[in-house]
Amino acid sequence: MFENLSYLALQQYWWVIISVLGALFVFLTFVQGGQTLIYRIGKNENEKSILLNTLGRKWEFTFTTLVTFGGAFFASFPLFYATSFGGAYWVWLLILAAFIIQAVAYEFRKKPANFLGAKTYEIFLVINGLLGTILIGTAVGTFFNGAQFSLNDMNQVIWQTPYRGLEAVFTFHNVALGLSVFFLARVLGLLYFIFTVDHDLIVARSQKQLFLSGSTFLIFFLYFLVWLLLKEGFAVNPETGEVFMEKYKYMHNLLQMPVIAGILLVGIAGVLWGIISTMFKHSTKGFWFAGSGTVLTVFALFIMAGFNNTAFYPSAYDLQSSLTIQNASSSKFTLTAMSYVSLMIPFVLAYIIYFWRAMNREKITEQEIKEESHVY
Amino acid sequence: MVEIADLSLVNWSRAQFALTAMYHWLFVPLTLGITFIIAFMETLYVKTGNEEWKRITKFWMTLFGINFAIGVATGIILEFEFGTNWSNYSWFVGDIFGAPLAIEGIFAFFMESTFIAIMFFGWNKVSKKTHLLATWLTAIGANMSALWILVANGWMQKPVGMVFNPETARNEMESFWDILFSQVAVDKWLHATSSGFVLASIFVIGVSAWFILKKREIVLAKKSILIAAVFGLISSVYLVLTGDNSTRTIANDQPMKFAAIEGLYNGSEGAGLVAVGLFSSTETDPDNENLKDFSMKIEIPNFLSYMAFLDWNAFVPGVHDLIDGNEKYGYMSASEKIERGKVAIGKLSEFKEAKKAKNEKLANSLKAELTSDDFKENYFKYFGYGYFEDVNDLIPNVPLTFYSFHLMVGLGFMFVLLFALSLYFLIKGQITEKRWFLRLAVIAIPLAYLASQAGWIVAEVGRQPWVVQDLMPTMAGVTRISAGSVQVTFWLFAALFTVLLIAELKIMFRQIKIGPKH
Repeated sequence: MFENLSYLALQQYWWVIISVLGALFVFLTFVQGGQTLIYRIGKNENEKSILLNTLGRKWEFTFTTLVTFGGAFFASFPLFYATSFGGAYWVWLLILAAFIIQAVAYEFRKKPANFLGAKTYEIFLVINGLLGTILIGTAVGTFFNGAQFSLNDMNQVIWQTPYRGLEAVFTFHNVALGLSVFFLARVLGLLYFIFTVDHDLIVARSQKQLFLSGSTFLIFFLYFLVWLLLKEGFAVNPETGEVFMEKYKYMHNLLQMPVIAGILLVGIAGVLWGIISTMFKHSTKGFWFAGSGTVLTVFALFIMAGFNNTAFYPSAYDLQSSLTIQNASSSKFTLTAMSYVSLMIPFVLAYIIYFWRAMNREKITEQEIKEESHVY
Repeated sequence: MVEIADLSLVNWSRAQFALTAMYHWLFVPLTLGITFIIAFMETLYVKTGNEEWKRITKFWMTLFGINFAIGVATGIILEFEFGTNWSNYSWFVGDIFGAPLAIEGIFAFFMESTFIAIMFFGWNKVSKKTHLLATWLTAIGANMSALWILVANGWMQKPVGMVFNPETARNEMESFWDILFSQVAVDKWLHATSSGFVLASIFVIGVSAWFILKKREIVLAKKSILIAAVFGLISSVYLVLTGDNSTRTIANDQPMKFAAIEGLYNGSEGAGLVAVGLFSSTETDPDNENLKDFSMKIEIPNFLSYMAFLDWNAFVPGVHDLIDGNEKYGYMSASEKIERGKVAIGKLSEFKEAKKAKNEKLANSLKAELTSDDFKENYFKYFGYGYFEDVNDLIPNVPLTFYSFHLMVGLGFMFVLLFALSLYFLIKGQITEKRWFLRLAVIAIPLAYLASQAGWIVAEVGRQPWVVQDLMPTMAGVTRISAGSVQVTFWLFAALFTVLLIAELKIMFRQIKIGPKH
């Protein structure tokens, strides 16, 4: 069935998959956001333990989604994988280091003879929460603001600054996206605590904290979004493949793809309703609204970056080196083969959702943590 | 057009990859095997309803959890290091290599991470049978992830199922099934996973032996040894068979690696196998420091020929036959291969120039030539050789490869004996009295790790200087970045992983000392 699709349709199909994975990843950073709040919400060892055990049962989903996102990007758009990871070396290695320390932190924190002490592992989790979200958000910001690279005849990347990607922090628009992701992750983390923990103080403190994180998120996100719609964008001439700057490119993308504009609006409304319903109506289901809203919003942003003749990984240094879903993709054969593999994704999602529900059927209580044989 | 990265960058990039891969492989084999051992134990619990089995299952699960966490930590870096440090490689072969990595994520990692959560936290949340299913699926998930990454590695050892596209300057996939079912990939998967089963069995037997020596947890120890010895014995026999199969694949596909493994400098008919050998400090060939003389060796006549080609008198080429060529047996000289490689690279440059000059006519005729069967068979096949000037650079580190291989094989056979004896003493009811054997079983744990690491040294050092056999040398695959940056990240990761390893070992030892919960 995929054989009958055009090369471009396959490239678009895979960009949609990448967008879905990216969106799911940002949603799942509620784990990272929660990690940065363990001291603020958990005021004693018991409370902190409840929070960490709550997050600890989900951290692997976020981690696995990130790894799969990398793998899927490699398989479908290998030129991006080679250019960005090899080029923006320092950014990606810092992000990776932040995830390395996360992976051991939950398991090792409470174990006797853990060498570094519980506090160190908690700091690992806070660092992961901070860098994991801010740096990834900032790196994705370069999808809209461009990066400093050129490609030679053999498509080998030559990075133009010695900072190897860290220069992205000098563009405030990138950082605004990074901070948006960070505060959104905190909002989602708080909503997850409220949704899943049965502990009055934790819930009350989370509700209080929600206003601060929620409003800070809104400030940075609205700045990012408004500026995005007003700025020049990296457009591609579909006939020649030439890349050029177009005024209001991303605004045009929304106007020319009204469905995406709709998804973006519904997504933002979802996030807002998740926050508002929790704050003012004391709903405990805000997590699902804000979570779904996050998925839709991030999905729409990714589509805006890659569809409608847009260069998704532009080079601000050499426009014609910019990556588009057409020039950066795998061969038609590989995309077709991988498309068959992608048919399994709904099945994978289905069993994840099924077992997630089974594990979350009852709220987490202090009692449960005391009786649990495997605690973090 | 073809630039060679400076040697210090290549070496540091290799060092960083080796560091992360070796640290990662400290934890993976235990995961591959112990998840199955735990699944067997839990199955017995569910079948018999005996709470003792549940306690045993939970004890080993605790140790597995500690190991798993750090395995994940060291694993994520590998997935991205292909891009960060080997970006030119990632483009040149990404059309093929990316697919197995993506499949690994979609199928195996999610399976592992979903079911491991149920395995650890689901005892009171799902039914007994669902929990058992989750434990089995964790084991299967772990071993499936090994499949995909080894398919990728197998492809680098023997590239199949692809065609070179001059337009994009990369190799593109032509057959998914050829890549998946490549003999090298299948051999690698079977050999690597069974090595994990063996290591985990030794781990379980060794830890149990320690309990018996300390006169603690005798019931747990005996039951655990029973399961691990049976699983280990079957796996170790299988390990030997798959290893034997791999030998023939290597002899056919990577003759230079084979010559290095066996320390064979001059090929011959009816070649003998050096069962034990020691290198001296002098070289047989003053031009190449890799070719050390043997100062001592014990050789089994004709055995190498049989092992490689199942024929006692077959010709096995040595390092010199592959470098200087051997007309009688049809081996082309390395200098001829280098010439042909340079022709292939030159044609590609001409094509790129013509494209740039928008000379479509010339570009089309060059493209037709580049993609013709004759050119592919006689020139493109040697593409990677074109990067070399000195034929001696085509020889891997012989002593390191030789020693690693012999260490791995020697220990492998000893492990078969260890499992057989464990089972024998257990059945005879003598295991608690054989203290010498119990001590040996404890010592066997680090030896199993040593053998396992040695195996990867054989596989990866032995195939140097290639990152993709005959097509891309390691030096051409590296990301262009300052060697200093890679040095910094190398030491950063070395320090981080070492600290985490110390933490892991301390936690592991303490948990073993604490023993199972009562």
